[in-house]
Amino acid sequence: MNKRMITGAVVMTTCVMLAVSNIALADWGDDEYGLFERTPTIPAVTSKLYGSECGSCHFAYQAGWLPARSWKKMMGTLDQHFGENAELDQATRDNITAYLVAEAADSRPNRKSRKILRSISEDETPVRISTLRYISHKHDEIPTRLMEGNAKVRSRANCAACHTGASSGDFNEHGVTIPGYGRWED
Amino acid sequence: MKRVITILICLAAVPVQASESVIQERMAAYNAQGGADFSADRGKQMWTETHTQSSSGKPVSCASCHSANLKQTGSHIRTGKLIEPMAASTAGADRFKDPAKIEKWFLRNCKWTLGRECTAQEKGDFLAWFLSQ
Repeated sequence: MNKRMITGAVVMTTCVMLAVSNIALADWGDDEYGLFERTPTIPAVTSKLYGSECGSCHFAYQAGWLPARSWKKMMGTLDQHFGENAELDQATRDNITAYLVAEAADSRPNRKSRKILRSISEDETPVRISTLRYISHKHDEIPTRLMEGNAKVRSRANCAACHTGASSGDFNEHGVTIPGYGRWED
Repeated sequence: MKRVITILICLAAVPVQASESVIQERMAAYNAQGGADFSADRGKQMWTETHTQSSSGKPVSCASCHSANLKQTGSHIRTGKLIEPMAASTAGADRFKDPAKIEKWFLRNCKWTLGRECTAQEKGDFLAWFLSQ
């Protein structure tokens, strides 16, 4: 009886410790995943309209990369969209805006979007994902010649050039292959 | 075997026909909006005409991104995005299938290039130019 109780206590303690350490590793460490977690970094795009309308010109950035106020601002200035005219008819625009706002970093918080939000101050409304402090920090070890200076990448905004799982929301470092360089792991 | 070949030829011809009928339908609409006698030559001439872009101060034309040859793949001057050929004979299956898509891109690209929307006449001339290639 006593022996059983001790075994039980040991098993219980081990479980609790593993669970806590997993949360700790994921939340405090720099890992994209928790130790036993295998979920994508950021929820994948679920709107077909967003995927086709926006994704026909550039990588369809997941809504969780920006807060709702940023998406509203961006969708309200599509005629001046990073130097391009990306105007949409009202119905399409409303539909896509509603989707992005509903899935935004501050609408559906997860571990990743909390980190992104922490890197944006409340009086800012950023629209350029590639220069968010969080993104800059994540890429600070990668030389410019491999990104902006790399003809096959050209821009940091071109996520899928290196993040092979980007379209499914997987930005794990282990899935990074830089064109002309190869796998990147630090 | 003959029948199979016939069916395959018919299937291959469908996208072209679909594109062509959509283009014809658009041209009829531009006629109703005041355009007339659409000319591939005028379309071709406008295609390479340069305009100074107010945002960048650079001279740009349709050909800047689409290439002057409609049968060639273009490349966006700033982003490098590859742009499928515009010639109706070579255009991708969905290039001219949806009237709304045609209007969307006319709106965006006329504003980007000319700094204003295109007239019905200009749009008709452009489509005549795409259709002739």
